[in-house]
Amino acid sequence: MDVQRKLEILADAAKYDASCASSGTEQRDSSDGKGLGSTAPGMGICHSYAPDGRCISLLKVLLTNACNYDCLYCVNRASSNVPRARFTVDEVVKLTLDFYRRNYIEGLFLSSGIIRSADYTMEQVVAVARKLREEHRFRGYIHLKTIPEADDALIAEAGRYADRLSINIEMPEETSLAKLAPEKDVRAIRRTMGRLRLKLDEAAEKPATKTRPARFAPAGQSTQMIVGADSASDRTILKTSANLYGAYRLKRVYYSAFSPIPDASRALPLIAPPLVREHRLYQADWLMRFYGFDVGEIVDGHESGMLPLDIDPKLAWALRHRERFPLDVASASREELLRVPGFGRKAVDRIIATRRVTSIRVADLARLHIPRNKALPFIVLSDHRPSARLLDAGGLVERFKPKATQLGFGF
Amino acid sequence: MHTIILDSETDFNGWRQAARRLALNEVKPQEVTWTVRNAEPELFAATEADHLPDVPEGTFNVPAKFVELAKAAILHRNSERFARLYRLLWRLRNLHDLLNVATDPDVAEINAMAREVHRDEHKMHAFVRFREVGRVNTHFVAWFEPEHHIVELAAPFFAKRFADMPWSILTPDVCAHWDGHAISITPGVAKSEAPGEDRLEETWRSYYAAIFNPARLKVKAMQTEMPQKYWRNLPEASLIKPLIASAERTAVAMIANEATEPHKPQKRPDEPMALKQAQDAQARDTIAALRDEAADCRACPLWQDATQTVFGEGPQGATLMLVGEQPGDKEDLAGHPFVGPAGQMLDRALEDAGIDRASVYITNAVKHFKFVQRGKVRLHQKPNTAEIRACRQWYARELAAIKPELVVALGATAALSVLGKITPINKNRGHLIDHDGTKVLVTVHPSYLLRLPDVKAKALEYQRFIDDLKIAADQLRNAVRAA
Repeated sequence: MDVQRKLEILADAAKYDASCASSGTEQRDSSDGKGLGSTAPGMGICHSYAPDGRCISLLKVLLTNACNYDCLYCVNRASSNVPRARFTVDEVVKLTLDFYRRNYIEGLFLSSGIIRSADYTMEQVVAVARKLREEHRFRGYIHLKTIPEADDALIAEAGRYADRLSINIEMPEETSLAKLAPEKDVRAIRRTMGRLRLKLDEAAEKPATKTRPARFAPAGQSTQMIVGADSASDRTILKTSANLYGAYRLKRVYYSAFSPIPDASRALPLIAPPLVREHRLYQADWLMRFYGFDVGEIVDGHESGMLPLDIDPKLAWALRHRERFPLDVASASREELLRVPGFGRKAVDRIIATRRVTSIRVADLARLHIPRNKALPFIVLSDHRPSARLLDAGGLVERFKPKATQLGFGF
Repeated sequence: MHTIILDSETDFNGWRQAARRLALNEVKPQEVTWTVRNAEPELFAATEADHLPDVPEGTFNVPAKFVELAKAAILHRNSERFARLYRLLWRLRNLHDLLNVATDPDVAEINAMAREVHRDEHKMHAFVRFREVGRVNTHFVAWFEPEHHIVELAAPFFAKRFADMPWSILTPDVCAHWDGHAISITPGVAKSEAPGEDRLEETWRSYYAAIFNPARLKVKAMQTEMPQKYWRNLPEASLIKPLIASAERTAVAMIANEATEPHKPQKRPDEPMALKQAQDAQARDTIAALRDEAADCRACPLWQDATQTVFGEGPQGATLMLVGEQPGDKEDLAGHPFVGPAGQMLDRALEDAGIDRASVYITNAVKHFKFVQRGKVRLHQKPNTAEIRACRQWYARELAAIKPELVVALGATAALSVLGKITPINKNRGHLIDHDGTKVLVTVHPSYLLRLPDVKAKALEYQRFIDDLKIAADQLRNAVRAA
């Protein structure tokens, strides 16, 4: 099988992993003339976008899509009839370098089906990173999938070469993982995440010495949850996220709407992926991490434990807490401003800097990149005060609902 | 009216000098026309005679942020940018806070220009596609059409990233080249000067097609981040339309297709299972067997939020058994008891009392971490009586397996678990207690010592803790002698 055919199979097998980030790592470059590559300071770089709206930043492939495990939701499960392929270490290394030199990618995201044993699989994955870093002095971004229960020495080595490590928790609940992925063990996954956090903490505490840099995955660890393959509610999903962020200091939890796959299992409902739900979960996740919301505040008050699909979770929260509004933008605290629908973090920064010098009017909202229609019912400006009736009106929510449109593909 | 002619579209220094001279001469923004020396200098020959008076004595300051902003905004293709920047500078002299007023129209406009320039720079970093020229002495050449005058701004990024290969980025404005040592800038060229293909592009296109998930079409999201104006220079963009066209068909087919007969995997990993069963057959109540059993404990709800059961550790034949309260943050992650701050305190105390930690069996009354999340920290919470009671079976079985000479209960939770009733530490410490045939000593938990704020009290309490541990050490020595 030629490399191009292998690439087709092994990229196809890797695309259900949503993560493609290349951000948040240490700054490196090759200006010493002894290597290839650099990391982008600050945000990562998305070199292309596919029509699914997802960024293409890294060469995202599996080393092999042969797998001992039979996870029902997975395109690579042992019982699937998809064609199988396996890259050699050298083939992945060469593809990475060839793509990188043409500026197609920021680096490599390598994962693998579980073959033989956790340690054997992990060793193969690490071998690619080792070769890229040591032999080719590759300084671009590397994200490695960590195999749960892999030997500590292999994990330490992976962290030495990789910018980011990740282990997918897959399901928000232990029971559904047991049902859909019988060979996977959520306890083993969490234990390994715990080990990663200890190593990350240690690297952060210990200052690098001249001879031995304390390096362990400077872009931290992340995970992914599949949304919609089991019956877990948004409440369950977000509570699991909050727990994972807290326990293992994850940089990101990715939510991946369960999507129809080639040669799907008969045991799972095949419907269009719940993309809007996925989007709402990301919004809720952002509220927890950057807007000071507690997970309970986001999900409580929704009887079903599900976030509304037609309005965003911050707006939904504000509509449930109308007693807190309208808020005077001239005097509200930063924490309060962050809770106003339509106010992003940057807008809040600008408001705080601006209001020290001058008052803010309705006409200024556009310059602050704040959607007027969304924010106005909740705020007082120097030339605006929403009518008391508006906030009390039962129909306020109608104002924000999108015009009825068809979602997904029509069938 | 004054006319200022700048050397080039990106002549920031020229703009800065002129702006400074104009401002110090009190020339109002509406009295200045800004232009760039172009290919036909005679066009401006008449106005070039225009002289400003010399720079008068004096100076004025602007925020450093303005210089940053102006350096970026001046690269914008909007021909009004020089004048707008001068107008902002003019106002800034008297309004030092002006840049903070994001709602000011001049500030908003310059901010927007700077933002668009940086976005264009970022997109250039992303969307330049090199093509390899020549198999020996290879040179990598790209064709790019930037929206703004950003080639010189963006070039150092490529020099640092691709330092080991010679490259050129050709654009209609200017071209940037890297020879392994320095960046050089030459005049713009036509697209026909750039190579038309690369041997890897077919492979790259296969990757692009394979990584796309046809079941989740989000064309708008793609176009927001990768606007159509860039498509003509992206080798993969030729696939976008056909992929979109076939996406719905592919996705519907994936859903409609009858699931195939499950493939029978040739070999399943069965070794670990067999191994586990063999172990199970062995002595059921060794510590190793108990640990395996406790790993799946669901006797109370604490397992849900914790990482793992943290079971006791130490030699099966230990004569001393230490019982703590519950694992903390670090113990929960590591899976071992007493490895966090309290563990370090305990290590020190054991050493000072002459006890070798490696010879001791160390465990906790409750074997899962109980906590509440506060921001980024997991704050320890005291286990309640029900949780202590639910976990007591494990202590009892550990005790039966180890049969130590002495059990030391560290803190009130451990004392409750070990003695089966609430036992105030201060009243009962310092002497051995007989409990159902087991000798028990109660003392404080090492984390109590960590929490004491007063240095003196800390030293005193530490000494009392050592004294208690020494009683244990003596007891063990006596037991050895008696044997």
